[in-house]
Amino acid sequence: MDWAYQSSFSIEGGNFENAGKASIEIKKILKNLKISDEILRRTAIVVYESELNIISYADQGVINLSVTGDKILISVDDVGPGIEDIELAMQEGYSTATDRIREMGFGAGMGLLNIKNCSDELQIFSEVNKGTHLSIIINRMERES
Amino acid sequence: MNLRDIVKILDAKVLVGEDRLDTVVKTAFSADLMSDVLAFAKPGSLIITGLTIHQVVRTASILDAVGLLIVRGKIPGRETLELARELDIPVLSTRYILFETSGRLYAHGIVGCVEKIEKFNCRQ
Repeated sequence: MDWAYQSSFSIEGGNFENAGKASIEIKKILKNLKISDEILRRTAIVVYESELNIISYADQGVINLSVTGDKILISVDDVGPGIEDIELAMQEGYSTATDRIREMGFGAGMGLLNIKNCSDELQIFSEVNKGTHLSIIINRMERES
Repeated sequence: MNLRDIVKILDAKVLVGEDRLDTVVKTAFSADLMSDVLAFAKPGSLIITGLTIHQVVRTASILDAVGLLIVRGKIPGRETLELARELDIPVLSTRYILFETSGRLYAHGIVGCVEKIEKFNCRQ
């Protein structure tokens, strides 16, 4: 496969000070790759929500970003508590957020759903007490509407 | 309407972006919940909030917001303002409460970036 760009970003769990730093960096990189505004925005939201999830819930994690001519692939791997019931975690409003997360204005139980809404494909695998893996594809061709 | 007009309407202080006051504003999203801002705000909107933590600036940057308008007279800390300068996000602060701020802007032609959410979301 012919990659236009590929890189990995390590995220430290619990580091709220830096929350969003990697996502803003990734957004800058994608902007330089001339990704269209709408796709850039959706990708940025997906990466930002993923980064916030790692910081809020996991011990550590990695966001892998690959850009091809027609797709943006994002894989997120974290080491942490995992998700017991993925279906429940996908429901709007369901959250296990701590007060710290809520003080920052997050943890309202929208994250995974928002990732899904901004993606063209999303797969979630999780093992309790081990970690969570997200595999996300965003097509570079704009959606209708 | 641009940010300069908004400063006048709301008797606001310009905390960051004195040089960006010509930025045109057509739509806005008001919330204190960043989760909802991320889920519902559209690009090019003004984000109106009472939250002052630095995460608000990063959220605004991710969403390509035209600026942040802080309500209830709050002034964000130095760290938040420095980040806003770095990420080039204008920050205004007004003493009006969120309801009054939104209402006054609406009366001057700024509309919500989404009118309403597609459906009720009931959790089982």
